[in-house]
Amino acid sequence: MAVMSSPERPSPLRFLWKPLEALMQAVLNTVEIPMRWAQRMLGQQKIAWVFLLPNLLIFGLFTYLPIGVNFLYATTGGTNLWPGDRPFLGMDNFEVLLDCENYLDPATCRRDLFWVAVYNSAQFVVLQVGFMVTFALITALILNRKIIGRGFWRSVFFYPVLLSPVVVALIWKWILQREGVLNAALVGLGADPVNWLLSPDWAFFWVVFVNIWFQMGFYTLILLAGLQAIPPDVYEAAEMDGTKPVRVFTRITLPLLMPTMIVVLVLALIRAVQAFDEIFVLTGGGPGSATMFIVQYIYETGFASQIQQFGIAAAASLLLAVVLFILTMLQLRATRRQMNG
Amino acid sequence: MADAALPVRRGVLGFLINARGARAGRLHWTDWFTYLYLGLGLIVMFGPVLWLVLSSFKTTGALEEFPPTFLPYGQAYAEVEGHADPLPLFTVTHEDGTQQVMAQIRRLGIVSQMVDPADPDAGWIRVPIDQRVPYREFHFAVENYTFLFDQFNFLRYFWNSVFITVVATLITLLFNAMAAYALAKYDFKGRMTIFIFIIATLMIPPTIVLVPTFLVVSEMGLLNNPWGVIWPAVATPTGVFLLRQYMLTIPDDLIDAARMDNASEWRIFWRIIMPLAAPALAVLAIFSIMWRWNEFLWPLIVLSRSETFTLQLALNSFQGDLLTQWNYLLAMTVLTLLPITLVFAFLQRFITTGIASAGVK
Amino acid sequence: MLRFGMKRALTATVALGALMAAGGAAAQELRYMCYQDGIECDVTRALLDQFEAENPGITVVVDVVPYQAILDNLPVQLAAGEGPDMARVTDLGGLNQHYLDITPYVDAAYWEENFGATLDWLRSGADDTGIYGMMTQLTITGPYVNATLYELAGMEMPGDGATWDDWAESTRAVAEALDVPFPMAMDRSGHRFAGPAMSNGAAYFDDNGDPILVDDGFRDFAATFVGWHADGTMPVDVWGGAGGGTYRDAFAEFANGNLVLYMSGSWQIGRMGSDIGDGFDWVVVDNPCGVAGCTAMPGGAAMVAFAHTEHPEAVASVIDFLAQHDIYSSMMAQTNQIPAHIGVASAGVDFTAGEDAAAALSVFSDQVPNLLPPAFALQGYRFNRAVYNATVTRLTQAIVGELSLDDALMRIDQDIADALATAEQ
Repeated sequence: MAVMSSPERPSPLRFLWKPLEALMQAVLNTVEIPMRWAQRMLGQQKIAWVFLLPNLLIFGLFTYLPIGVNFLYATTGGTNLWPGDRPFLGMDNFEVLLDCENYLDPATCRRDLFWVAVYNSAQFVVLQVGFMVTFALITALILNRKIIGRGFWRSVFFYPVLLSPVVVALIWKWILQREGVLNAALVGLGADPVNWLLSPDWAFFWVVFVNIWFQMGFYTLILLAGLQAIPPDVYEAAEMDGTKPVRVFTRITLPLLMPTMIVVLVLALIRAVQAFDEIFVLTGGGPGSATMFIVQYIYETGFASQIQQFGIAAAASLLLAVVLFILTMLQLRATRRQMNG
Repeated sequence: MADAALPVRRGVLGFLINARGARAGRLHWTDWFTYLYLGLGLIVMFGPVLWLVLSSFKTTGALEEFPPTFLPYGQAYAEVEGHADPLPLFTVTHEDGTQQVMAQIRRLGIVSQMVDPADPDAGWIRVPIDQRVPYREFHFAVENYTFLFDQFNFLRYFWNSVFITVVATLITLLFNAMAAYALAKYDFKGRMTIFIFIIATLMIPPTIVLVPTFLVVSEMGLLNNPWGVIWPAVATPTGVFLLRQYMLTIPDDLIDAARMDNASEWRIFWRIIMPLAAPALAVLAIFSIMWRWNEFLWPLIVLSRSETFTLQLALNSFQGDLLTQWNYLLAMTVLTLLPITLVFAFLQRFITTGIASAGVK
Repeated sequence: MLRFGMKRALTATVALGALMAAGGAAAQELRYMCYQDGIECDVTRALLDQFEAENPGITVVVDVVPYQAILDNLPVQLAAGEGPDMARVTDLGGLNQHYLDITPYVDAAYWEENFGATLDWLRSGADDTGIYGMMTQLTITGPYVNATLYELAGMEMPGDGATWDDWAESTRAVAEALDVPFPMAMDRSGHRFAGPAMSNGAAYFDDNGDPILVDDGFRDFAATFVGWHADGTMPVDVWGGAGGGTYRDAFAEFANGNLVLYMSGSWQIGRMGSDIGDGFDWVVVDNPCGVAGCTAMPGGAAMVAFAHTEHPEAVASVIDFLAQHDIYSSMMAQTNQIPAHIGVASAGVDFTAGEDAAAALSVFSDQVPNLLPPAFALQGYRFNRAVYNATVTRLTQAIVGELSLDDALMRIDQDIADALATAEQ
């Protein structure tokens, strides 16, 4: 795809440019000395490893090493922090988690809340991703029209993305509580107030809604970008042929938007499975366990409890990682097939 | 027949393909729908934020009030002759049904002693408390904000947040661009493996590796050190992915030509690739700034000395075990929102163009 | 020559620098990790200015942190051998393995005499005689009643020895007469629940001191409690509105006059004064009774020292300083807390919150003789938070109808058994 030419004005930060450029030049020259040496030693293609090195080091140290420790936790018990001091249990932690008489009924499981969380998460992922992508698409289509004050509207829909999850939850908690703003408005309109966060169904609805509110802007912009990348002459040709609009949408827009859509779906899915902070502050997983999701279960079991069951938490997190991996692979495979076919 | 159908068709088609709108002279129903949707969007997306800002000007009492008021109101007081402290004002309904604003001297059980603030010499009368409602006036609790600057080390926390955000973002841009360049423009064995290795980290929610990561950082001696927050954050799968996709669109000819001129690989990266990737870098910069600025749980684990605190930690220290000082917490939340809003206002125009050319390969 | 001179000068400067650095090392900087509900840390900081003036060479840095840091971050830090020299903690027994015994540095007789009862809470068991710190906040649970509502309804509050059922009936009558939404509410906390449960006969521990949560007394009160939510005596919002062990209070409902009786504790007094103001009259009443007694639950936060500190003596002197009669008394007066120091308690404290608050605090203090043994035992139990969490999590599920009461009680036992099994591995 071609680099988009944008009719934007030059940056208002131009005055910063001179000193910044001098600094950049200095960095360039300093780093170039060892890099030239590395290039001589490794050759032109292998120098890629040098470019990769900082990232790999950080991922290794702060992501893969902890994951390794998590494996050790998952196979050991006790409350000790250092893996070496923990008694080896083998697969016991996994067995405890998977100990169910009937997997469809969490009440028959030894760790009932784990399974409640798993099913809640599954339901949440489907609803949240489905509705969010739909609304993001509608919003992107609307923002893609010739409207007055486009930049402003784009910002309006994007703004909540900038908020921290805790703030998002606090704002909505105030709106939704028994005598919050929403109920005040309902009473003002003559309706009866509703206990939004006390009924399991409403609470679930609002958790989905708040997450859509919070994140939709990000995906809207990605989709908007995808829409803008579709060359206009394709549409003009379709209009000439008198193709029906719905057909244009399903036959031209959607297929051309598909690669963007895949990115959006994969990212949204991963985020939805990991949803935690905003929900934890908003409902605390309640009422009862109606909005308790898998990451909250792991957090409460392994971290935020007096007797920290790292082993169980780590085992649960590994199960979660496996599921996520399989889902992503399935999704990528499905899209690859579609793209090839 | 065909002519009659055309405008409608154009309308629906236009809605879906961006071909209508200003071009047509009169407003079509799709235009109405568009602006209706945008108007609703404005209320739903922005209303709650406005509510937050207004609430930050309320006193603790007003925050707990049911039903809540949209604008900050407070109990009105009046100076009344013969009383040292200002007296609270109430709207009193007299037995004959007339209403009057009166000042309350004191309340004894279910009866208040009220006096007319304009005519205190007339003496006080007894009013049952269910015959009076507080008289309130518009009141901005600016003290929520002034407290933060007078008695609270706001600037220190602000500086810590800025330091972590700026340094982490610069390093993120550099490291991720390097990795993205290697993955986009070099052909080496194991390229795909490394790419998957990096992207796979997307799937690990940070919450679940909290304890092991803490152990690593602790062993490196980075506790209570801003670098303990910065280093684990500077490699991001999203960043590498975004930049790589963008760099794939940069023609190889440019690189080959530079190699002909005997430029080093590093010089090519720095002089050709980085400037060309600017829109994508701007997008990543916004995300990185947003992530680091809002980060809470990880800094909470790493930083426990108040001189190293970021704004997010400091504002949460208004949360106690049994009680929370909401008024300060809200005021501080609004203050932490300001810088990020400004950054966004400056950089927002890059976002769509940046993503447009990057995210969708 | 010139060169030589410069070198000498340089050496001298370096040596001087090293000397000053050594002097700097001798100055002891101590770290106190503190959370606050109101101004507790600020008050401590002001008192420590006096300490620093009297003890040149020791400086104390008070780090005011979110409570979540005390709860989540501190235990992990301590387990990794890191962390501050001192902290204000609520997990009194659970962190015992990390505490520093300050007995060698303080007048142990003074401590035993004045903090006798509460020192045990910080100890690991009956045979532990160490002194690890002091309660900087002693709390007692108890009900607040909206007296104005009673007056408006023209009814009398139940008198001495009233049971929970009496109060439920009485508050229901008031609520009905005045169209107040809810008769009673209780903070969402297993700690708040424990007092009434014990009054109804729940033992919480067997003869060996092992936790047995669900016995007949516990079961009875749990059934009553769930029933109160079903029949509208208590708002479902407070307990039902959250999941897991999340804490939630009902102060706002009470402050808005939507509640007749609010079961909370002594820490709310300051807020009652400032936020309710002139709205209505509130009083604290004795804890209602059950078949086994009329107990409250004690609680609170302690200032403790950690064994990994490099300056044990300095740390002990800081805590000992704050434990002295006048200093401690001043701290209690400014923070409006019930003193845990027996000398200060008997001398009386000049609370800053005013007469209402002083009266309320004295009612709370009067509850202490009525405390049942399991109330003390539970407060001092290492894993009490695990007990509280399981209570709240599972009873909430029963309240919102996710679990039957029997299943919920079964799960409480099982959750605690699982957690204890992990702790013992």
